[in-house]
Amino acid sequence: MSTAGAMPQQSETTGGTIIQIEHLHKIYMLGEVEVHALRGVSLSVSAGEFVAIMGASGSGKSTFMNVLGCLDKPTKGTYLLEGIDVGQLSRDELATIRNNKIGFVFQGFNLLSRTSALENAELPLFYTSLSPKVRKERAIEALNLVGLGDRIDHYPNQLSGGQQQRVAIARALVNTPSIILADEPTGNLDSRTSVEVMEIFQSLNEKGITVVLVTHEPDIADYTKRQVIFRDGKIRSDRTNEKPKNAAEFRRTLPEIDAEEEAA
Amino acid sequence: MNITNILISAFRALQRNKMRSFLTMLGIIIGVGAVIAMLAIGQGAEYSVQQQISSLGTNILMVFPGSSQQGGIRMGAGTVTTLTEEDANAIARECPAVAYISPGARSGGQVIAGNLNWATSIEGTSADYLEIRKWKVEYGDFYTDQDVKAASKVCVLGRTVADNLFPDSDPIDQNIRIRNVPFKVIGVLARKGQNAMGQDQDDIILAPYTTVLRRLSYSPNIRYVLVSAVSAADIPVAQKQIEELLRMRHKINSYESDDFTIRNQTDIATMATATTQIMTILLASIASVSLLVGGIGIMNIMLVSVTERTREIGIRMSVGARERDILTQFLIEALVLSLMGGIIGIILGVSGSQVISSLAHWPTFVTVFSILLSFGFSFAIGIFFGFYPARKASRLNPIDALRYE
Ligand SMILES: Nc1ncnc2c1ncn2[C@@H]1O[C@H](COP(=O)(O)OP(=O)(O)OP(=O)(O)O)[C@@H](O)[C@H]1O
Ligand SMILES: [Mg+2]
Repeated sequence: MSTAGAMPQQSETTGGTIIQIEHLHKIYMLGEVEVHALRGVSLSVSAGEFVAIMGASGSGKSTFMNVLGCLDKPTKGTYLLEGIDVGQLSRDELATIRNNKIGFVFQGFNLLSRTSALENAELPLFYTSLSPKVRKERAIEALNLVGLGDRIDHYPNQLSGGQQQRVAIARALVNTPSIILADEPTGNLDSRTSVEVMEIFQSLNEKGITVVLVTHEPDIADYTKRQVIFRDGKIRSDRTNEKPKNAAEFRRTLPEIDAEEEAA
Repeated sequence: MNITNILISAFRALQRNKMRSFLTMLGIIIGVGAVIAMLAIGQGAEYSVQQQISSLGTNILMVFPGSSQQGGIRMGAGTVTTLTEEDANAIARECPAVAYISPGARSGGQVIAGNLNWATSIEGTSADYLEIRKWKVEYGDFYTDQDVKAASKVCVLGRTVADNLFPDSDPIDQNIRIRNVPFKVIGVLARKGQNAMGQDQDDIILAPYTTVLRRLSYSPNIRYVLVSAVSAADIPVAQKQIEELLRMRHKINSYESDDFTIRNQTDIATMATATTQIMTILLASIASVSLLVGGIGIMNIMLVSVTERTREIGIRMSVGARERDILTQFLIEALVLSLMGGIIGIILGVSGSQVISSLAHWPTFVTVFSILLSFGFSFAIGIFFGFYPARKASRLNPIDALRYE
C-alpha cells in the first residue's frame, strides 16, 4: 500500500495499490424500508489494472461505482484512494479528488446540453486554475485522442450516441486522472460503437491509467484484464483474464459500415 | 472557475430562456425606473421651491408676529397681534441696513367689474413692494406713499386678473368692486408667468396695505413685514437691527424671548425644502416596494432554475465543482438579472423623468446619487434574493443531483 501523500504518477503502470476497499456497506433508506445495496464489499485494485465489474441487475454495481467515484458516501466500511481515507474528507476535498484524480463516464453520457463538445470536454478544467488557453489546448487534445478532433463545435444533440460517449470520455480524461471509472459506458451503444469505445479504454489503460468499468456484456468484459462479479451486494467471484481481447484488432475485422465516420 | 467564464455561462443560461429572463428583469426594471423617476420628481419639486423662494426678491427678510418658540408664524392670521404698523414704520425709520419695507396684509374674494367677476387674492403692500420683489408695472402707475398713507381705494392688477375682468377694454381708471368695496384700477403688472410650482403669479391684485387692513381684512393687524436689506452682506446686520429695535419697542427684558420671528431667505428655503424632502422620501419608498417585489421575482425564477438544472449541477459536481463554484455560478446569474434590470430601469427612469418634465411642465432632476442608489439597490437585491437559491444548489449531494429526474 502506498503511503498517504505519495502521489503515484499516471505513468506508473504497475505496483502501488490505488483503490483499497474494505467491508463496504451501503444501505438506502426508502421511508421505513432499508435497502441493503452493498453488504460488505472488499476489493483492492492496483495502479494500471483494467477491471470489469459484472453482475445481475440490482446487484449493487452502480452503487459501488458511485462510492468509488466519490459521488456517494458508503454507510459503513473504508475506502482508501491512493492511500487517502476518503471517508474523512470534506465536501470540497472530495470535489478536488473528483476533479483531478478520477474521471467518471456515465451510461447516459451526462453531457451539458446546448454546450459544445469542446466546452463539455473542458468542463473539469473550469474548476482548476489553468489559463483559458491551456484549458482549450488540453480539451482539444483529449477530443483528438477519442477521435473527435473534427467535431469540437458540435452540440450533443448534433452527435451520435457513440460520439457523445467519446466526448464524455474526453471529459473524463482531460484532467489526466489516475483512474477512469465507467458505469456501463457501452450500455446505450451498438456493438460496433461499443468496440470503438473499448478500444479507447484499452489505449488509455496502456498509457497507465487504471480503468474500472461496469458492464452486463461478457463480450465487453473480455477486453478487460480482470473480471469481478457482484451478486446481492457482495463480490461473488474475482478472476484475472489472462488473455484480454484486443479491441483495435477486432474492430479491423469488422466490415466497414460507416466509412465516413472512420475517416475521422 | 474564473469570472469571465462564470459570466459567459450566466449570460448563456439566461439567454436560453429569453422571455423568462426578461419578465424576471421587468420587476427590477419597473422598480428601479420608478425609484429614479420619483426621486427626480422630488428633486424637481425641491428645485421649484427654491426657485420660488429666490423669486421672493433679493436680500429679503420677513418679520412675523409671535415667537418661533410658540410656533408663532404657524398660528394663523390674527391670532398674534404683536406686530403693528408702527413697528413697521419704526423699522423703516431706524434701521440703516434696511432698504425697503412693505407691511403685508392679505385678503381674497370675488372681484367684480361690470358684468364680469373673478376670484383672486388681494395682497396689501407698501409703495416699495415692487422694489423689493423686483416686479414691474406694464402700464399705468403703481400707488404712492401718499396713497398708502391715505388708504386710497386704488389697486394694481396682475395680468390674469386684468385679462379676465377686462378682456377687450383698457382697465386703467376703471372701477372694480372687491368684496363690494369699490377700487380704482391704476395699473397693470407685467406678466410673470407661472412660478416653478405651476402657480399663476399673475392671478393677484395689489393694493395699499392700509386700505386692505381697513376695508377688506377682518383683522386690523398686519401679518408680516417684508424687508429688503441694503445688500446681501447687510442681511445679518439688518436682522440684528430689527431684532434690537423690536425688543426695545416691545419692552422685552434680556431674559425674555422675542415675541416676533425674523426669517431670512435661507431659513424660509430650509423650511420649505424639508417639506419637499419628506415628499421625496415618501415617493421613493413607495417606489422601492416594487423593487422588493422585483427581487422576489428573481428569487422565484432562480429557485425554478435550480430545480430545472439539478442534473447540470450534478454533472458539474461530478467533474469537480466545489460548493462555492456552484454558489457563485447561480449568484452571478441572479446578479446579472438584477443588474441588467437595474441598468435598463435607470435608462427608463431617466427618460421617463424627461417625459414627465416635458408633458407636465414639472421640473425633474435625475441626480448621480439616485442612479448610484438604484444601481446599489439592484446589486443588493441580486445578492440577497439570489443567495438562497444559489446556496440551495450548492448544498446538493452530487449523486442526488445526478439522479434527479
Ligand atoms: N437511490 C436509491 N434509493 C433506494 N434504493 C436504491 C437507490 N439506488 C439503488 N437502490 C437499490 O440498490 C440496489 C442496487 O442498485 P444498483 O443501482 O447499484 O444496481 P446495479 O447493479 O447497478 O443494477 P443495474 O445493472 O440494473 O444497473 C437495488 O436494489 C436498487 O433498488
Ligand atoms: Mg447500474
